[in-house]
Amino acid sequence: MIRRVLSRPGMIVAALIVFVAVALMLAPNLFATYDPLTGEAGDRLLPPSPEHWFGTDHLGRDLYSRVVHGAFLSLATAGLAVLVGVVIGALVGLLSGFIGGAVDFVTMRVVDVVIAVPSVLLSLIVVAGLGFGPVSVAIGVGLGAAGSFARVTRSQVVRVRNAEYVEAARTLGVRWPAILTRHVFPNSARPVIALAALEIGTAVLAVSALSFLGFGAPPPAPEWGALVSAGRDYLATAWWLSVLPGAVILIVVLAVNRLARAIGGEK
Amino acid sequence: MTTDALLQVRGLEVAYLDRGVARPALHGVDFDVPRGAVVAIVGESGSGKSTTAQALVRQVAEGGKITGGSVVFDGRDLLQLPERSLRQVRGARIGFVPQDPGSSLNPLMKVGEQIAEALRLHTGLSRRDAASRAVEILDEVGISDAGVRAEQYPHELSGGMRQRVLIGIAWSCGPELVIADEPTSALDVTVQRHVLDRIESLARNRGTSVLLVTHDLAVAADRADLILVMQHGRVVEHGRASEVLANPQHEYTRSLVESAPGLHSERMTPHPIEVGEDESRALTLGFGDRRLAPVAGAARDDILVVENLTKTFSVRGGLEGKNTFTAVDAVSFRVERGTTFSIVGESGSGKTTTARMAARIVESDSGSIRFDGTDITSLRGDALRQLRRRIQVVYQNPFGSLDPMMTVEKIVAEPLAAFRIGSRAERRDAVHALLDAVRLKPELASRRPAQLSGGQRQRVAIARALTLGPELLVLDEPVSALDVSVQEQILQLLVDLQHEFGLSYLFISHDLGVIRQISDSIAVMRTGRIVEQGSAASIIGSPADDYTRELLEAIPGARR
Repeated sequence: MIRRVLSRPGMIVAALIVFVAVALMLAPNLFATYDPLTGEAGDRLLPPSPEHWFGTDHLGRDLYSRVVHGAFLSLATAGLAVLVGVVIGALVGLLSGFIGGAVDFVTMRVVDVVIAVPSVLLSLIVVAGLGFGPVSVAIGVGLGAAGSFARVTRSQVVRVRNAEYVEAARTLGVRWPAILTRHVFPNSARPVIALAALEIGTAVLAVSALSFLGFGAPPPAPEWGALVSAGRDYLATAWWLSVLPGAVILIVVLAVNRLARAIGGEK
Repeated sequence: MTTDALLQVRGLEVAYLDRGVARPALHGVDFDVPRGAVVAIVGESGSGKSTTAQALVRQVAEGGKITGGSVVFDGRDLLQLPERSLRQVRGARIGFVPQDPGSSLNPLMKVGEQIAEALRLHTGLSRRDAASRAVEILDEVGISDAGVRAEQYPHELSGGMRQRVLIGIAWSCGPELVIADEPTSALDVTVQRHVLDRIESLARNRGTSVLLVTHDLAVAADRADLILVMQHGRVVEHGRASEVLANPQHEYTRSLVESAPGLHSERMTPHPIEVGEDESRALTLGFGDRRLAPVAGAARDDILVVENLTKTFSVRGGLEGKNTFTAVDAVSFRVERGTTFSIVGESGSGKTTTARMAARIVESDSGSIRFDGTDITSLRGDALRQLRRRIQVVYQNPFGSLDPMMTVEKIVAEPLAAFRIGSRAERRDAVHALLDAVRLKPELASRRPAQLSGGQRQRVAIARALTLGPELLVLDEPVSALDVSVQEQILQLLVDLQHEFGLSYLFISHDLGVIRQISDSIAVMRTGRIVEQGSAASIIGSPADDYTRELLEAIPGARR
């Protein structure tokens, strides 16, 4: 496994980026050079320089430090979103596939409807209902992703449910709940985990998009999508305010996707 | 060895790359195939017999490399030939009959076209001539309505017919040598016999040499002029078939001759299983109040009585909508306590469905099942779950019936966990005692199924079935997926366990050769009905039904 990773330079770069992103999230103070919330009134809208790597914003705050501190909000929200999606989706898929029959049919048609609605729209509706804030954004994005998790889980469960070892367990006198947790779930989990890894990248994007629209953490909290949004008004004069946080989002999402595809078994 | 050999193999060496390390699979194999002779290579899986067959035409599986030796075919060394010239030999002068008829035909091409393709490639026949010749070939390999069949796709043909098509392809260009790699191991015994008959008659009539690769010494005994026995990548014995069988020189050949089911018709005698007192206590942890004791001689009662069991399935047929298909039709039989009752039949005979209904895995449509005097036909819920402690099942495919994510210890202890029996430590002791009883080393407890051989997996499945101390074991083709010598060991184990624990067996198999080694009573099933049943001695000694006779004749090795 390790040798396989090392033989691919793209993988090493992706792994490094993800490692740095996680480090930013856990210990921002090791990386940040300024306070993310207080600015110097005289240093407004400075372009990138050795002092201010990403420049400064309209209140004179160091953009690089804001991006560093924003990692936690953005990535944790995305992680929570995926968790919500996996838990709800896997549970629905597991029960639907395992019970089968009419329950399965009805559940999966509902899932079809959920998948048919664009996930951003779905997230917007949820956030509008729950109120603004990172947690509602996470729930909204998670619900948007839950449909595909339900589908993948169900297809795996249906495959495993008909496996001979499940029947063998039944003839051994194992009860249904134990069959579900000891046999069906562990043998269905791998593709679901692979999809969850892929969804992290999508979730980072979706969370940033909702924050860009102003549904996420309220200012002055730094959040990547919100940073891009805040820089919008200065695109003509201070391009770095939008472009650099945007580039960070792009790089992180690409790196996460690269790793996720490796987990999914792709070479 | 004669100089008139069509094929001379000398010092053939093949190695497989395993994580960058070359592991030799063949260590210098020497043999000759004389013109017009049938030569059989016999050995277990992993002996290198298939690798040898593939290396002859330089078609070694991925990761393999021919590292030495020569293969002289009609005066030319095939290993030195450029690829382009070799292509003119392969298919045209050397035909190949593959192992698995299911995956060796292109599912999107009509079978007639697939034969015609080989003809056009090697003989340069026109499209039209090739097509009509293909129909003739189908007729020659014994497919009736050849004109109609040629227009069908592989999925419309049975396994036996597909294998005939492949034989037709192998012989289509008038080869001098045909290599048949386990051509019948995926087929029923009666079909196996017809397919082998066809290969033999083509070989005799056309004077083709045949190299027959098989794990079944009895098949080799029936069909071959010369036998080579391979073990661990070496030829350990070779000679005329009759001499090798009558007077095996090598120890391994002797064990093969002893284990070939077709060559022995006696029921096996039990060997005692050594169980110490401590071990016996651990072993019987899940047995409840049951004693492990052999069942005494006479006055046996029936442990299982099945009456008029019937099962119909609905199948979706073409335009007519739903049809029903009676898989099991009013089947009745009794299993005496402490004995083995076997059901024999071909695939589709309903034998497995019968066993599954008797074990209450699938519901029966009508009829009754009485176990130890109690009607269990419609038990549900907890009563059915409690019944599982007394009736256990061992499946055909030991890989499919063991959860790939679990360790052997967890697999064997699962029934104990399901019935909340014993502490963690007690369960571990029980697992070790059970593994010992099925003659597996305790170190295997921490392995997963993928790390075990087929025989070891089946032993694990048997250990698991014994955990709760059942009285009746339903064995659904428990040895058909295994090598012959491993089959022998597993059957012996079953006989020993039966004696030790007084178990009753309902044994399902398509192979009368296997069945007569273990059974006390036999029922022969065909198209959902029992055509004949009785004591093993009477069924095998004086079969009353034609179909039973056909099955008996189909047992390989019967011709000697």
